Amino acid sequence: MSKLKLLTDGFIKNNPTFVLLLGMCPTLATTTSAVNGLSMGLATLFVLVLSNIVISLIAPVTPDKVHIPVYIVVIASFVTLLQFIMQAYTPSMYETLGLFIPLIVVNCIVLGRAEAFASKNGVWASTLDGIGVGLGFTLSLTVLGAVREMLGSGSIFGWKFITGDGMLAFVMAPGAFLCLGYLMVLFNKIAKK
Amino acid sequence: MAVKSNLLNMSLMLTLTCLVCSAILGGAYVITKDPIDAAKAAKTNKAVSAVLPLFDDAQKGETALRDEASGEEKPYVYYKAVKDDELVGYAIESSVSGFGGELKVLVGFTPDGKIFDTDVLVNNETPGLGAKCAESESVFRRQWKGFDPKVKMLSVKKEGGDIDAITASTITSKAYTQAVYNAVQVFDALNGEAADAATGVSVHPKEGGQSNE
Repeated sequence: MSKLKLLTDGFIKNNPTFVLLLGMCPTLATTTSAVNGLSMGLATLFVLVLSNIVISLIAPVTPDKVHIPVYIVVIASFVTLLQFIMQAYTPSMYETLGLFIPLIVVNCIVLGRAEAFASKNGVWASTLDGIGVGLGFTLSLTVLGAVREMLGSGSIFGWKFITGDGMLAFVMAPGAFLCLGYLMVLFNKIAKK
Repeated sequence: MAVKSNLLNMSLMLTLTCLVCSAILGGAYVITKDPIDAAKAAKTNKAVSAVLPLFDDAQKGETALRDEASGEEKPYVYYKAVKDDELVGYAIESSVSGFGGELKVLVGFTPDGKIFDTDVLVNNETPGLGAKCAESESVFRRQWKGFDPKVKMLSVKKEGGDIDAITASTITSKAYTQAVYNAVQVFDALNGEAADAATGVSVHPKEGGQSNE
């Protein structure tokens, strides 16, 4: 597999949100605005890349029966590390996303990539896969967040273009499902061409 | 690729992984502890200055008040702000449970018992909905500036009070109002003590109109 393909696969063919439908909980919950989606995506990217690297390194020496607990400990450690760093240096971002950061541990994308890719491939390939899938996830969350923010609050990246509240339903759970559904259709239509 | 499992290598691998991970996290905790504390302190300081008129010095204090609902003593942290040796107000931390967990509000009072401003210290409310209570320029937050709890009713309009709730976030709005209400009780207690100490006459702010001669 070419290196470039590893990167782009995560964007289109293996796009976690619109194609694999993985990690729906943080996707639906955090995308109330474009900035929230972007930050959540980047936080996941951080964990994904680092855990992919470490897991691809330790996979050859991990006994088969305990590989899931070992991977989860590695992933959970990176998430906790991320939590410390965010609390210390970006407290305002931690405010908005704080609740969802620990949930990255159980995000199926992270464990999914560890199982399906990092445990069977080398460090370099796993890094690229992590970056690709992570960016794909970030992109999807940002787009979903932007659409919901535009419809729901009438603003984009915090910049308001209409006065008043917008269609509040789009900020809430039903709007998340609606937007996700339509974006999925749109994405698959474009990706198939 | 993967090694065949036996008891020895399984326990070894798990122990080793956990040891290394906890060592790294322990290290990270020590390194980030100071910046985290500094960030929290900076936030509290900023909030105290935001909810009170200009002051030179704010002293932190602690008091306890019986909770009306549960009947238990509840501790409150407050900041007493002075400027040129004159009391300019109290900022009281008040914590209630909101929609998504703890909601901690800092309420600033001027000595006459009016609310100067409020701010949110901790919130776990729904982003985009209840979390709007943390946006200082929102309509919900602006209504607290200069709010006089002696003249107006401290409950949401739905329940006959004077507080406009955040759209679609009644629980958050009620929790916020409850937090302010609790803070008012604490302020009354504090101010009562202060009046006692200063003049020897206890003037309860709520009865101030009658006993004022």
